[in-house]
Amino acid sequence: MKNITKVFPGVKALDDVNLVVEDGEIHALVGENGAGKSTLMNVLSGIYPYGSYEGDILFNGELCKFKEIRDSEAKGIVIIHQELALVPYLSIGENMFLGNERGRAFNLDWDATFHEADKLLRTVGLDESSRTLIKDIGVGKQQLVEIAKALGKNVKLLILDEPTASLNENESKKLLGLIQDLQKKGVTSIMISHKLNEINYVADKITILRDGATIETLDKATDDITEARIIKGMVGRELIDRFPKRTPDIGNISFSIKNWSVYHPIFANRKVIDNVSLHVRKGEVLGIAGLMGAGRTELVMSVFGKAYGTGIVGELEKDGKPLTLNTISQAIHAKIAYITEDRKGDGMILGKTITDNITLAKMSKVSRRGQIDTDLEVNVAKSFRDKLRIKSTSVQQLVGNLSGGNQQKVLLSKWMFTDPDVMILDEPTRGIDVGAKYEIYSIINDLATEGKSIIMISSELPEILGMCDRIYVMYEGRIVGELSRDDASQEVIMGMILSASKGA
Amino acid sequence: MEIKKATQNKATIFDGLRQYSMLIALVAVMIFFEITTKYVLLVPRNVSNLVFQNAYVVILAVGMLLCILTGGNIDLSIGSVVGLIGALAGKLIIVNHVNIYLSIAICLVAGILIGVWQGFWIAYVHIPPFIVTLTGMLIFRGMTLVILGGKTLSPFPDSFKGMSTGFFGDFFNVPNFNLTCMIVGALAVLCYIIMQVFGRLRKMRKNYDMSGSLGFTVKLIVISAVVLLTAYTLAQYRGIPTVLLILTVIVIAYAYITNKTVAGRYLYALGGNQKAARLSGINTNRVFFLVYVNMSFLAAVAGLVFAARLDSSNPTAGSGFELDAIGACFIGGASAYGGIGTIGGALIGAVFMGVLNNGMIIVGIGSDWQQVVKGLVLLFAVAFDVFSKRKSR
Repeated sequence: MKNITKVFPGVKALDDVNLVVEDGEIHALVGENGAGKSTLMNVLSGIYPYGSYEGDILFNGELCKFKEIRDSEAKGIVIIHQELALVPYLSIGENMFLGNERGRAFNLDWDATFHEADKLLRTVGLDESSRTLIKDIGVGKQQLVEIAKALGKNVKLLILDEPTASLNENESKKLLGLIQDLQKKGVTSIMISHKLNEINYVADKITILRDGATIETLDKATDDITEARIIKGMVGRELIDRFPKRTPDIGNISFSIKNWSVYHPIFANRKVIDNVSLHVRKGEVLGIAGLMGAGRTELVMSVFGKAYGTGIVGELEKDGKPLTLNTISQAIHAKIAYITEDRKGDGMILGKTITDNITLAKMSKVSRRGQIDTDLEVNVAKSFRDKLRIKSTSVQQLVGNLSGGNQQKVLLSKWMFTDPDVMILDEPTRGIDVGAKYEIYSIINDLATEGKSIIMISSELPEILGMCDRIYVMYEGRIVGELSRDDASQEVIMGMILSASKGA
Repeated sequence: MEIKKATQNKATIFDGLRQYSMLIALVAVMIFFEITTKYVLLVPRNVSNLVFQNAYVVILAVGMLLCILTGGNIDLSIGSVVGLIGALAGKLIIVNHVNIYLSIAICLVAGILIGVWQGFWIAYVHIPPFIVTLTGMLIFRGMTLVILGGKTLSPFPDSFKGMSTGFFGDFFNVPNFNLTCMIVGALAVLCYIIMQVFGRLRKMRKNYDMSGSLGFTVKLIVISAVVLLTAYTLAQYRGIPTVLLILTVIVIAYAYITNKTVAGRYLYALGGNQKAARLSGINTNRVFFLVYVNMSFLAAVAGLVFAARLDSSNPTAGSGFELDAIGACFIGGASAYGGIGTIGGALIGAVFMGVLNNGMIIVGIGSDWQQVVKGLVLLFAVAFDVFSKRKSR
């Protein structure tokens, strides 16, 4: 891709970007959010048609003018988006050949569809029938279906946008292995990712984008690539420490969960949380580590006013007194906050302003007898904007137009506004870039220093290790270990999970 | 820095225009019909007529807007509820000679009960509103026919009719000019200006951010002018229609609720993202329930107003009203996905539909073509809205 420039109204998203990907390599594209990675890939795959950008796309030496995705797919360029484009209520096979159906338009050949689908599923190492519905398989498997679908289109250049963002460690490893297998079969891949260790592991070359421009391309064969090196390129400065320092000042036990069990909301005989007990102290950052699906989110949501699950039994205690939380508003009233992992889906109202979002969970603080003091509300929002350094044109800007890191700050503001004693943070840095992560960590540290109890769920072990004073390890709805900061390491935690999985 | 500020100003002016696009469209339609009807549209008598003819649409549109805000949900049953309440009023007042005020109270309670019934199924059993209100459409139309036995009841006593067709009395004796009307209009404008200016002063004192003073002044002048002009026009006929007072109270009350109360904020939050609203501690079921109770209550009000205007209880009264109300909301800029829309917009939409209906009748377009035009206008209005939003991204 040569001299690509793409302008959105008011923003130059790509500024004279060059990207050279050689046949048969795995090329990683890294950069902070908003650096232009996805835009560049959308140009390449024809989502932004020829004419809406400047510059040329050359594929195997041939100038390409893609008008739509179909044109790029005809050349063998297939993009797999971060948000998977699968229809949940159709089968794997139907999804794989969607838009590329077997048989004739008025006489679809279902036998061929499912036969070919099954064959492709085997090549990506997915052991599922192609007649299974998409909604019945996990995200990791869905990702594999997407790749199998791409193979069905005779892919030559595969573009993966954050393919492992929602996968656990095992699934990620499997996926990366698959990309390497495809490489051996001659498929070129471009991979966008935030996970630097994965990139280091799999990529031959790494191109770094910053503010819509190519900064540099590193070659594994010639350059000495380290994570620090990549981060420096991404943020434009050395990030000496990924986690800000904090001197823990830990007080009494503020909140505890005792013998907590929860059943699945639909399959009421499936136990999701099994007899969990834990506690958190004042001023402590408590981590809950575990694989995806370990039940961490389910645990905290069931505690948070029974927002999840049925047949909940167990006791809660706050500041030494027993506590019953039957609704979410009771939980908020008891000064507990749950900051969801799904920022856009469950956390905020994207079509509403920063102000509206921040005050929503505690309207009583900005209203009297049901009437809102809108002026006061705006001032509240402004003070949070300054305190947390939310980058926005004004506090009346729609949350949907903010970057991921700033959205997360708004979400944190929203729950800080409820004056909680206990803050449960579920994947607080998912999908946000290195610089914003550091800021979020600093905010978390400040909250702990103020004496709040923080419970932090994260799938990124370095983050748990870097931030938490104490760590619980969960596996299949049970607590399988408790570690102090000094005892914890990636190996110890994974070891606990592995031994638990063998014991079960 | 200066340049940046200038472009920002330009952007806000443009945004402002888009925000008022439906208002501009309304003015355009009014000018169009004013000319094609040879200046009949805005003669005092016809302006009075416009108010009478469209009172029920405004009332229903206000309720419908709340339903739409919850997530693009609509209420299909309101036409039937209008019919049923009209029939009930006729049965009580004309057949059984029950006291008029007691009858009105009974009818309003009946409306609330209908809302409780529908709200229960929607909010607590989680049946989609579309289906619940579709069944309501059948059930309540059927009950209308049962009550009336398929016949029309008529006439209502004058005191009941007055509620919808009467005028507010005049305390002065100026020939051919209702001075009371003019004074009420002027007082309303005065109150409005005082409230706005005081609000602004309060903001200034507390050092809060304010909108630009130019925009503020223009808004004040335009709104005051519209109110005064309307008052002046109505004064030249027979004064303030009583139903206009009912409308004003309803519109102001609901505009206040949606804008300035916690309940209103919850409503927008629910429509914007139901899951996020729930996780913010909002009892989403209760919001749904109350919205549908409110809708049926307002449908009952509209039913009374409409029966009084028709001067009869008619078995087919109200059929198709739900479409007028839905149309008014969407023309007024409500989003079909919920969370976006204002009472002011719904009001503009309702007046738009009213002017369109009235104008076409005066011009002499047959009811067959009227429907075609109305359908197209609704489609284009929503398409225009979609386009302007797409551009703003």
